[in-house]
Amino acid sequence: MAIPKFETFTSGAVPLEVENIDTDQIIPARFLKTTERTGFGENLFRDWRYDASGAPVPTFPLNDPRYGGRILVAGRNFGCGSSREHAAWALADYGFRVVVSSFFADIFRNNALNNGLLPVRVSDAFLAEIFGELRRDPAAQFTVNLEEQRFTIVSSGRSVEFEIDAYKKRCLLNGYDDVDYLVSIGDQIAAFEAARK
Amino acid sequence: MGRTLLDKIWDAHTVRTEEGGRCVLYIDRQYIHEVTSPVAFAGLERRGLRVARPAQITATVDHNIPTVDQHLPIAEPESRRQVETLAANCARYGIEYFGMGDPHQGIVHIIGPEQGFTQPGMTIVCGDSHTSTHGALGAVAFGVGTSEVEMVLASQCILQTKPRTMRITIDGTLRPGVEAKDLILYVISRIGAAGGTGHFIEFAGEAIRSLSMEGRMTVCNMSIECGARGGMVAPDETTFAYLRGRARVPQGAAFDAAVARWRELYSDADAVFDKEYRFDAADIAPMITYGTNPGAGMAVDAAIPEDADRKALDYMGFTAGERLLGKPVDYVFVGSCTNGRIEDLRRFAHLVEGRHRAEGVTVWIVPGSKAVEAAARAEGLDRILAAAGFELRQPGCSACLAMNADKVPAGKYCLSTSNRNFEGRQGPGARTMLCGAAVAAAAAVCGHVADPREVFGM
Repeated sequence: MAIPKFETFTSGAVPLEVENIDTDQIIPARFLKTTERTGFGENLFRDWRYDASGAPVPTFPLNDPRYGGRILVAGRNFGCGSSREHAAWALADYGFRVVVSSFFADIFRNNALNNGLLPVRVSDAFLAEIFGELRRDPAAQFTVNLEEQRFTIVSSGRSVEFEIDAYKKRCLLNGYDDVDYLVSIGDQIAAFEAARK
Repeated sequence: MGRTLLDKIWDAHTVRTEEGGRCVLYIDRQYIHEVTSPVAFAGLERRGLRVARPAQITATVDHNIPTVDQHLPIAEPESRRQVETLAANCARYGIEYFGMGDPHQGIVHIIGPEQGFTQPGMTIVCGDSHTSTHGALGAVAFGVGTSEVEMVLASQCILQTKPRTMRITIDGTLRPGVEAKDLILYVISRIGAAGGTGHFIEFAGEAIRSLSMEGRMTVCNMSIECGARGGMVAPDETTFAYLRGRARVPQGAAFDAAVARWRELYSDADAVFDKEYRFDAADIAPMITYGTNPGAGMAVDAAIPEDADRKALDYMGFTAGERLLGKPVDYVFVGSCTNGRIEDLRRFAHLVEGRHRAEGVTVWIVPGSKAVEAAARAEGLDRILAAAGFELRQPGCSACLAMNADKVPAGKYCLSTSNRNFEGRQGPGARTMLCGAAVAAAAAVCGHVADPREVFGM
């Protein structure tokens, strides 16, 4: 069951200048009652995006028409807390393909990678530069090149290399999936079990 | 060079290592529950795969279920459907399932150790971040996402980067009135909500060794709240005594043989950790949180730090520099995989014995499992609680994440023995202060934040 191949793209970005954004904010628990993996995008950041009456909060960046694109830029320690993969599903379902932060929580990072959502970790200084760029020009464009592991601010040409392990990079570029891979090495797993007994 | 406990268990379970360092890690036991498993089963079905090792999976329902009237069908249709989906998946693939009403049902991280499924030296995963709880028995246990649940269903393995190692040593003895929950809230307040990210923690030192098994579970449970992949304590006599005679551990001579193997599970004296912290147990007081992440903790009688996060304080309705002592409390929640074990209920019940619930405070006391509930009744805790104006509910995750009806209303204050004080965690707009059983008991009888050492003369 392939995930979509990750190809180089250039787009705008949505800034969310908050640290320690936990997965309860990304998708509150009351929306986890489905048995499907689709449709979470409409409740992404539900309690920050809408007020108690259900009206959009105009100051929230997702509701700000000046911002758009397939990149979310967030403060450090993004995705902490609950392991709910629904957080990655909600971000992907909304249309994000990349999340940029200076620090990602471990479980969220794995969940994102398993859903074709690329976590791009940059330094605190470079993150501040991206936020600054978006303040100056909300329509600023950014290029994400996974092959070269490079994130670029288009206007200034400033770019940084980001890390990703070789196995996961290959999976994202080719749309490979871990379950298919693990099932394909079933004989090795069985041999490992036999040797332990 | 010596090896850490994590190295020993991890390496013994590594089937192979991929280019770039990701390991194919063999999983001894997977726990599943109703919320994070349905999509994994659906994925398996789409691929036309079977569950690889159904005997190594244990299922229960906890996140979504009501904590009253469990003999009736679940009223909420979506919750009911998730529970029914899990039951159907377990029946279809031959997975042992403890449904509502089953004497073995309970919060997944309570029933695993309780029944002896969790044992030293194992690798354990569950689609829940608090899987770190099981590390208290000397296992490598960590939370995973639903794609990873599917990996383990399909292959009994998971692809995972080996975490870095961290040791947190707590020297000395905890002061009277200070419990395991205070210890871990203190640690998180010191190293921060992301201080453990990328690492697996081994808790060590005299104060950890002196904790009961249940106290160690409380500590390991909250390792994830400082971002750590998991937490663990090397098994010792406390561990072996806890496990002996439990239903799912080897019995008789086989148990003694297992103990002999488990005794090899420790970090070598010359093992080097990637990061080390050392704290003194005497510095730890009963704790409370004032902000919206578990790292925002302080002694219950302290003042909120001047540099506290403004956004969090606005949400909580607090100001920097003020004390929480005397702040009115609307709700008290005792339960969850952090503090829903029998020792927690015992502590709470014995503290409130002979006193009475404060006027206007709603108190939810939710046992972590049917076995905890039964033990509480057998010990007469239910009668002590009833005499003090409290009632014992039925087991589940309850107000820890408010997926069921146990929700704190917007703007209300809840003192909670659970693990997360995130915005809206206990219901939209709810304001959560995390604490241990004693601070919760003090608030329940006083109606405001109070120091249990003074209230109960500890």
